[in-house]
Amino acid sequence: MRISRSRVAKTIAATLAVGVIVTACGSERGQEDDGGGKPFVFGAAGDPRSLDPSLASDGETFRVTRQAFEALIEHEPGGSEMAPGLAEKWSSNDGGTEWTFNLRKGVKFHDGEDFNAAAVCANYDRWYNWKGVYQFDAISYYWQKVFDGFAENENKDLPESNYAGCEAKDDHTAVIKVNKATANLPGGFSLQAFAIHSPKAIAAYEKDKPSGAADSINYPKYTQEAGTVAGTGPFRIVKWNKGNKEISLEKFDDYWGDKAKVDKLVFRTIDTEDGRRQALQAGNIQGYDLVAPGDVKKLADQGFQVPVRDVFNIFYLAFTEEQNKAFADKKVRMAIAHAIDKENIVNTQLPDGGKVATQFMPDTIEGYSDKIQPIKHDPEQSKKLLDEAGVKNLKVDFCYPTEVTRPYMPAPADIFQIMKSDLEGVGIKVTPKPMKWNPDYIETTRDGKCGLYLLGWTGDFNDGYNFIGTWFGGYQKEWGFRDNTVFKAVKAAGAEPDVTKRVELYKKANEVIMDYLPGIPISSSPPSIAFGKDVNPPKVSPLTQENFAEASFK
Amino acid sequence: MSTKTDKIDRLAELTARSETSTGASLWVEAFRRLRSSKMAIIGACVIALFVALAIVGPWLAPYSAEAQTWRNEVFRNQGIFVGPRAENWFGLDHLGRDEFSRFLVGARQTLLVGVVATLLGFTVGALLGGLSGAALTLGGRVGRRIDTVVMRFIDMMLALPSLLLAVSVAAVLGQSLTTVMIAVGVVQIPIFARLLRGAMLAQGGSDYVLAARALGVRKRRIVFSQILPNSLSPVIVQATLCLATAIIEAAALSYLGLGNPDPAVPEWGVMLAQSQEFFDAAPMLAVYPALGIIITALGFTLLGEAMREALDPKLRS
Amino acid sequence: MLRLVIRRLLQLIPTLFGLSVLLFLWLNKLPGGPAAAMLGERATPEAKARVEAALGLDQPLWVQYGRFLGRLVKGDLGTSSQTGQPVLDELVLRFPATVELGLSAILIAIVVGIPLGYFAARRRGSWLDVTAVSGSLLGICIPVFFLAFLLRMVFSVHLGWFPAFGRQSTGINATEVTGFFVLDGILTGEFDAAWDAINHLVLPALALSSIPLAIIVRMTRASVLEVLGEDYVRTAESKGLSNSVVRVRHVLRNALLPVVTAIGLLTGGLLSGAVLTESVFSFGGIGSFLKTAIDARDYPVLVGFIMFIAMTYVVINLIVDLAYSVIDPRVRVH
Repeated sequence: MRISRSRVAKTIAATLAVGVIVTACGSERGQEDDGGGKPFVFGAAGDPRSLDPSLASDGETFRVTRQAFEALIEHEPGGSEMAPGLAEKWSSNDGGTEWTFNLRKGVKFHDGEDFNAAAVCANYDRWYNWKGVYQFDAISYYWQKVFDGFAENENKDLPESNYAGCEAKDDHTAVIKVNKATANLPGGFSLQAFAIHSPKAIAAYEKDKPSGAADSINYPKYTQEAGTVAGTGPFRIVKWNKGNKEISLEKFDDYWGDKAKVDKLVFRTIDTEDGRRQALQAGNIQGYDLVAPGDVKKLADQGFQVPVRDVFNIFYLAFTEEQNKAFADKKVRMAIAHAIDKENIVNTQLPDGGKVATQFMPDTIEGYSDKIQPIKHDPEQSKKLLDEAGVKNLKVDFCYPTEVTRPYMPAPADIFQIMKSDLEGVGIKVTPKPMKWNPDYIETTRDGKCGLYLLGWTGDFNDGYNFIGTWFGGYQKEWGFRDNTVFKAVKAAGAEPDVTKRVELYKKANEVIMDYLPGIPISSSPPSIAFGKDVNPPKVSPLTQENFAEASFK
Repeated sequence: MSTKTDKIDRLAELTARSETSTGASLWVEAFRRLRSSKMAIIGACVIALFVALAIVGPWLAPYSAEAQTWRNEVFRNQGIFVGPRAENWFGLDHLGRDEFSRFLVGARQTLLVGVVATLLGFTVGALLGGLSGAALTLGGRVGRRIDTVVMRFIDMMLALPSLLLAVSVAAVLGQSLTTVMIAVGVVQIPIFARLLRGAMLAQGGSDYVLAARALGVRKRRIVFSQILPNSLSPVIVQATLCLATAIIEAAALSYLGLGNPDPAVPEWGVMLAQSQEFFDAAPMLAVYPALGIIITALGFTLLGEAMREALDPKLRS
Repeated sequence: MLRLVIRRLLQLIPTLFGLSVLLFLWLNKLPGGPAAAMLGERATPEAKARVEAALGLDQPLWVQYGRFLGRLVKGDLGTSSQTGQPVLDELVLRFPATVELGLSAILIAIVVGIPLGYFAARRRGSWLDVTAVSGSLLGICIPVFFLAFLLRMVFSVHLGWFPAFGRQSTGINATEVTGFFVLDGILTGEFDAAWDAINHLVLPALALSSIPLAIIVRMTRASVLEVLGEDYVRTAESKGLSNSVVRVRHVLRNALLPVVTAIGLLTGGLLSGAVLTESVFSFGGIGSFLKTAIDARDYPVLVGFIMFIAMTYVVINLIVDLAYSVIDPRVRVH
């Protein structure tokens, strides 16, 4: 107590100073390689929802599970063509109702089980027989999208299932049957949601149901911690540390194909876009996705790798005709199409490689029609059309999402502002309706409560139906129009089992759609992904399905 | 913000401590000391400048703040921005709008949010606090009951982090500029309420009140003609400080995406939150609104602090 | 003492009860109501009706409230719509991170703030005083999210001293015991891990400490100034007591009383700051979880969190009050 106070103060100050210096050195030490394989760390934008891909429909979940689970069909590295996955070959009968898969031999699951036809059928039968909470749209989104319903539909709104059973012809031949041909197959077989799990794991899943009171979905425990889930992929999931927002994967030594080049792969969630960029710049992570277009050049200049993906998405401005009667007049729709300066949006907002769209499909998809002429930016023509339609002082509700970056639209709020300024330029009054992306925005636009809104789509697989089928195959509240010419053209294409004929029908359908103009396709653009200087990145995929087994350190 | 409560109770005490028996001379004395305080003068100057900017700014603005006049010159996707130049003093923002005009117009929006929010917090808070304080001073079982109920409510509000309170308000009312004002204002209600109540209680025990009571003046009259007016000074000081907080909180709400729904309308908080996305390419676009916010908040804080010191006889040098 | 504790705990009941009523009404007032909030993306009218029936939303309001309260009492805060896990589990999982961060921020504020405030008061008008006062004013006036952003920019990106995000480096394989990473590292003897966790704490804690630091500096300064003017200090000095004894026994101890109260009251503000700081640094605590909950309109999490915080807040203040009456027996707690 007798020590002079000022000496104490000095000591404290000194300790603090030393602390800072030592800490500074410490962080350098932290980055050293500690002998074992250095982990490849990828910065994710959000936490996955579950470790079971069959329950998921979001990109963040799939990015992780894709490294550990494989589907019957996969895609070629860096492309959108289908390629052998767990099936070496596949074929269908003429009617497109029976799909035969010749399965790969010598494949092992992470839990030591053998992969065979029985395992495939166990998976498909599991999905088909889902009950209760599993039948909620939020959990079985992709099953419902591709196979419609379940063995016993508990909700009368669900359509009858198109799935007609799976048969293990022999150990390595599986046959999956459907009731009627659909354009969703075989593409659907390549979805990560239909990746094959070990039968032993499936038996364990059964004991651990999602505790679903009607009020909300409670994901089963096995999807929230590593240990139970088991696939065949090049990595196996070893730990999900939620507190530190990281999922660790390890190289699977018994993988059937080319083994992973890094021993450890880690996905860490970094909430903000600039946080991910700065983490890469600080060397804390080796890569991250959805780089803001404005950062691409900067990062490239600093020596980071920013490989360009192929374009596989479409971004559009939609009309909901039932929400705003004025849109029922094609002249008004055309006037708005002429008012929007799409070139400016592509030139100033979208990443390099972005293109102005002419139809509801990117030009990388078979079925894209070259015949469709772009609608020019022409405010005068726009005003003229509005006059002709006899619409004065047109008012529109314009919804846009906030706080979100989608692969097809990097900065929705800014794009909205550009469009608003364009529309006001031709005398249309715009009421801004900003909403949080999920659930507000998605819900409101789906319910058809927005006059104009921004949305887009990244393809799941290379088939035109994956784009136009969901929107224009029949009446949809979100578009709010009934036009049988459009519906028939799209449906006809979807029901055609022959691929070459189908492609021709898609081209036709695209022309019919653009002739009707239910919305304005704005652009297709490649979402950017960035990697550190010290790594060989995996091939980037237009479907955003990077396979991190290809990645390695330099 | 509950971090303010420390000051609240203290301030409340201070006013009661002053030796003067009437509010007027307290204020005269305080004002005299304020004039000689450097802090107060700087603060007042900053505020005056800011208010002037907010009033005449929109007329001074050389261009429309919302027109994307130069939008073909800015390429956000390539990190190409236009810095200060002869026709655009602060350069262009990410959509090719004149940043200087946006800054000027933004001043008004920012002040509007701060003032309306604080007024709201002040009014409701003073009503609640006044009710509680009056009830308690008037005494009786009913009075104490009223006080307990009101204070429970106030404590509850204090317990909630201000941002969450704001989020709750925004969730019910939807996103709009009004929501931001209400949200920020609601957060201040408990501060003002506690403050006024405390000050009234402290005044209730002061000599002149006791004297008046001894002379047989009716309690109700004392409360409304003596205690209440004399208790208002700390509340007004607090209002000055709260203006600073309000501006910063509004910026935080914008950062969380709960700000003004029409991003075309410039507001410093929104501008700052937005420009962080392209800070590397155009740091100045963040610096202008950030400086605006910091300097203004500083102005209000300086003046508020100086006023507090002026009112506090113990801190006299 | 015991009576005080019991009385405080009893007072807790009406507060929490009132809060639950408010929250219940709030949930019901939400656009679309709870059913829409839960159904999410494609709420067809039929599906909505089904869920409403299942939830008992077709029953009178007071019956619904009864059920709501019943669940709360059982500690059932509902299920997060983002993660599909019980809200309570999610909060408990992330609680240590936020406590660790908050404590570090308060620690910085105390360790730096009290001496700074003290010396500023002792040398009133000196450069130290001016720096401390203006620095603390700046600390209050700079938006936390911007400060956090700048700190990261300078110290992780440009200088590379500290990691840019998270609570732990990726390479470190630490054993988890309590969820407090620094403590865990020390408990298990994995000092590497503890050191690593401290490194991750520095920048967010600095950003978060800006406001408490500013407040503590000014509180300490003001109350030291006040105490210095008190008669007993003058008496002590005139009696010839050595300078340091006067300082410690009389000045600092008496001056710290209001500071202690202030620290207790800082917690509420810290949580607001944590939402911002944690999301800038992707620090896996309650704050960044709340930010995503706000973005995703995860109402069960918001409601659960509010209840959780209200309780924590009351408990903290109870502790502060008790501490206060221990430090200074003269204080009667009303």
